[in-house]
Amino acid sequence: MNTCLSTTGDGGAQAHGGARDLNTNRENILNMLRLQGVSSYSMSIPALEVAAGECVCLSGPSGAGKSLLLRAIADLDPHEGEVWLDGREAREFTPREWRRQVGLLPAESQWWRERVGEHFSEVDEAQWRALGFGRETLDWQVARCSTGERQRLALLRLLANQPRVLLLDEPTAALDPASVLRVEAMVAAYREQQQAAVLWVSHDPVQMQRVASRQIRIVGGRLEDAA
Amino acid sequence: MSVIALTPFDLSLAALLVLLLAGLSWRLQLAMEGKLLVAALRTTIQLLLIGLVLKVLFEHAQWWWISLMALIMLAIAGREVMARQQRRFSGWRGYGVGTSAMFISSFTVTLLALIVIIGNDPWYTPQYAIPLLGMVLGNTMNGIALGMDRLTTGAWQQRAVIEARLMLGQDAMEALSDLRREAMRVGMIPMINSMAAAGVVSLPGMMTGQILAGTPPLEAVKYQILVMFLITAGTGFGTMVAVWRGSRCLFDERDRLRLERLAGV
Repeated sequence: MNTCLSTTGDGGAQAHGGARDLNTNRENILNMLRLQGVSSYSMSIPALEVAAGECVCLSGPSGAGKSLLLRAIADLDPHEGEVWLDGREAREFTPREWRRQVGLLPAESQWWRERVGEHFSEVDEAQWRALGFGRETLDWQVARCSTGERQRLALLRLLANQPRVLLLDEPTAALDPASVLRVEAMVAAYREQQQAAVLWVSHDPVQMQRVASRQIRIVGGRLEDAA
Repeated sequence: MSVIALTPFDLSLAALLVLLLAGLSWRLQLAMEGKLLVAALRTTIQLLLIGLVLKVLFEHAQWWWISLMALIMLAIAGREVMARQQRRFSGWRGYGVGTSAMFISSFTVTLLALIVIIGNDPWYTPQYAIPLLGMVLGNTMNGIALGMDRLTTGAWQQRAVIEARLMLGQDAMEALSDLRREAMRVGMIPMINSMAAAGVVSLPGMMTGQILAGTPPLEAVKYQILVMFLITAGTGFGTMVAVWRGSRCLFDERDRLRLERLAGV
């Protein structure tokens, strides 16, 4: 599927220079997350590929289908087409396995127990500190956390699963400028260390400049190349 | 000792109380009088009809007539379960989930009681079979209707949380575990409460009826205990099956939450 949207070359490779070794299984790594003919409801994406370690920013007006796309990739909505991860199609995974590998961070975080700690099985303290939390955070009541705190905690909760793909739906929408930068740095570090593929929905052109290896726009359920 | 027969006049006196209540409701603009009168009328007609049916059934105690009667009761109970849910499953699921659960639990429990415990000859003697099935089915129906209603409304309201749990790699049953537990609890609590209050606060209807009909109190009590246990088992197993199958129906084979399977309000 070599359409105008395939990613080999330009943005991704330049952004990371020669930092990673692409000699082995180059094809697979480059095509880490691959979409083919994915459509649900009014959204239809003929093809999209996100390479390992690449961050693709997704923008577009509200209601254009950005969240629908992320939901289809995470297999939350019934959809047409195929999604491949490392050369395996989604249906070859159990649903549980798939969503652990392809982690979706929704725009609004959800919590179902009283305390923060009850939503975590393990804590990477370095990561927690990097977002301004510590061990004591585990005892916090979710209801008393601010929206921004909850959003940052939701990111930590997602990263604890060590997903191979991050689907981030406006992950910094409720954050103050300092926290925005910390979250961006954390995602970048995770991407680098785990060679994760990132699909990042953002409305902020400046942010996209900072984090994106490549940018795409989705308008009326269709993809457009962004400048 | 035999029952003192009630005359139509006796019943009219009791009906007068209901009319009085309806009148008061109208005066106070509670807007309940219509519902109240329709329900009272339904009770009168339905019970008179069932009295006639039972009279005929007792005279022709053939197993196929009794089975037919049981199936009609099940069909009506299934409709009732569906009607009591705010957001029920649309299509065959709406009727099938509750009705099949009711069938599995209340029929099994009643058959067990008739064949093993009471051991009548023949086991389907309608004087025993129909009232027992009626009591078990009626209570199972309540439990299942409450449990399913909580399950489906809860899934609707907690959609975001359930999906967030799926996103974090929980499977469908795990993501729904809190709601499932709650639905089970809601379905079973009335039965547990009524067992706890039986004899202390309330005198159960069946026992009261038997005592009125002249049965020695201790015999009536034994039957009441039997019936309570049967009802509890029927309600509990029925609610479990319905909630379990209902939970499964909320998801598809890829563990996606499929709320479009629920009909609107």
